[in-house]
Amino acid sequence: MKEASPAKAYALHLGVIALLFALSFVLPEYHHGLLARIMVLAVFAMGYNMLFGYVGLLSLGHAMFFSAGLYGAGLAVIHLGWSVPAAFTAGLACGALLALVIGLLALRTTGVAFMIVTMMFAQVFYLIILYFASWTGGDQGLVVPQSARVLVVGSTSLGLTEPTVRYMSALALFSIVLLVTLVIVRSRYGRVLVAIRENEERTKMLGYDTLSNKLVAVVVSGTICAASGAAYALLFGYVGSTFASVQYSILPLLWVLLGGAATTLGPLIGTLFMYYVVDITSGYTSAYLLIVGIALILLVLFFPKGILGTIRQRWLGWLP
Amino acid sequence: MAFGPHLLLAALEGLVTSAVLALTALGLSLVFGVMRVVNVAHGEFFMLGAVLAWAITTAISGHPSLGFLAALVLAPLIVGLIALVAERLVLRRLNYNPEATIVATIGMLYIIQQLALTFYGPEARPVEPPFSYRILLPWFGYSGYKLSIIAASALLLVATWFVLTRTKIGLVMRATQYDSETAQAFGIPVTRVYAGVFALGAMLAAVAAVLIVPISQAHYLMGQDPLLLSFIVVIIGGLGSLRGTVVAAVLIGLSDGIISVFFSPTLAKIIATLLVAMVLVFRPQGLFGTASR
Repeated sequence: MKEASPAKAYALHLGVIALLFALSFVLPEYHHGLLARIMVLAVFAMGYNMLFGYVGLLSLGHAMFFSAGLYGAGLAVIHLGWSVPAAFTAGLACGALLALVIGLLALRTTGVAFMIVTMMFAQVFYLIILYFASWTGGDQGLVVPQSARVLVVGSTSLGLTEPTVRYMSALALFSIVLLVTLVIVRSRYGRVLVAIRENEERTKMLGYDTLSNKLVAVVVSGTICAASGAAYALLFGYVGSTFASVQYSILPLLWVLLGGAATTLGPLIGTLFMYYVVDITSGYTSAYLLIVGIALILLVLFFPKGILGTIRQRWLGWLP
Repeated sequence: MAFGPHLLLAALEGLVTSAVLALTALGLSLVFGVMRVVNVAHGEFFMLGAVLAWAITTAISGHPSLGFLAALVLAPLIVGLIALVAERLVLRRLNYNPEATIVATIGMLYIIQQLALTFYGPEARPVEPPFSYRILLPWFGYSGYKLSIIAASALLLVATWFVLTRTKIGLVMRATQYDSETAQAFGIPVTRVYAGVFALGAMLAAVAAVLIVPISQAHYLMGQDPLLLSFIVVIIGGLGSLRGTVVAAVLIGLSDGIISVFFSPTLAKIIATLLVAMVLVFRPQGLFGTASR
């Protein structure tokens, strides 16, 4: 990887954020709503990328972090009547705590065992949601009431159901996470993570505590995913067990692979692309899982580096 | 029913589950043991076996046992062929990279599942058992077919054990498992062994599905539970160990059967999955496996 000039990288990212901001005013209503959703889910993908792309840990259980945020925020509003910021914080805290526990356990394993262990913990989490159906709504899910989804800032109250507010909130979350990721991966710590991915033994020999570095990465990744989940619950008002199923552990993997693992903008591109592919094809066929499946196989066969990964390799070496 | 007979019934049901589980898990374990890859689409091969069994039995008229026998032979062969094609087209090109293989087999899982939904439909359909003899016990009658599943599974397990330990094919497979590079140097066609093992693993899952389908119906989502349970069995039994797989399958099948009778099935699954995850975390070589090389 060539050394990037920081100004160029930051300019690119601020440009992307500015573009998304401008799109809010020109997009037709349908795509406006879709893009808000995509930005929230791209945050999920960015959280996943943190661990998969930079540390090289392939988790098959990230749905549990997403749904920890989803349920943490959603249930706090529904059952406890908490305000939006408090509920969002609750979601983050649930995700961070869960990630800490899971990280402590799962990081004892490596490689294939890590994938299976994370998948199993996620399955347990999913089953627990089903088991406590009286509180979580089971597989029916729960609707977060519109009246509770109001953000009070000073004397003005903003309804999160209102399209523009929703879009801007999604964009705000997306921008913060994007810039935080950029700062992290360009920092000293980010380089240690990449070193662990490339050669853990050697990194250890150089005197780095790889285990605690990885644990921090799991917690950061889990918290970002929880942020996405919490935002999803508050912005779109639905909390359901589908989001905890294996499928939602695999989707971020697909988005990141498609966009390009270990690229900061890859998750957005992957999510955007896949969402629109599914959206367009679902007009012709209901078999969208078939497309997901074929996309996964074609990606690992021919584009293991994803869209941005390939671009970086061929043309733009400075891309972060 | 008194507690004793109730427990016996639960144990019998558990043994039937164990028998099917042992076959399915053995397929997964063989693939992992020899090829060092995890096949996430294994459960879908199981589902394909069941769906094909339904298709074959409905296509063949006459006595139900005729159709069933045809299904027992044909369904695994077709599934094996599909697995072989998938292996040639995808896994081999990935060079059996473990992580890429997981992603690719997840892709296969979705493709097979979606195709089954499109062509077979969302309904669960029954397959008539080949015979419906009831064995009368003092407390309750029990399906003779279910007992024959246990017998058939035991027979197949012994046959697999025989092939693995007593024949040339088994020797070649074990050599590849032990050290694929040395095996290659000694003229063993490693990629062909891999292809064969992948197909064999899928066929074992398909046979298990054909055996179970007369008592559980064919459905396009039926591959999920066997996949998870097979993982559990393979992990507890130690990867690549035949004896460990069978012991673990009996253990898991029995406890699943008994816990599900007396407690909520969801709770049983939560406990089982959590326990297994803990085994994997704290004793990665499995309860019966030896330390990994």
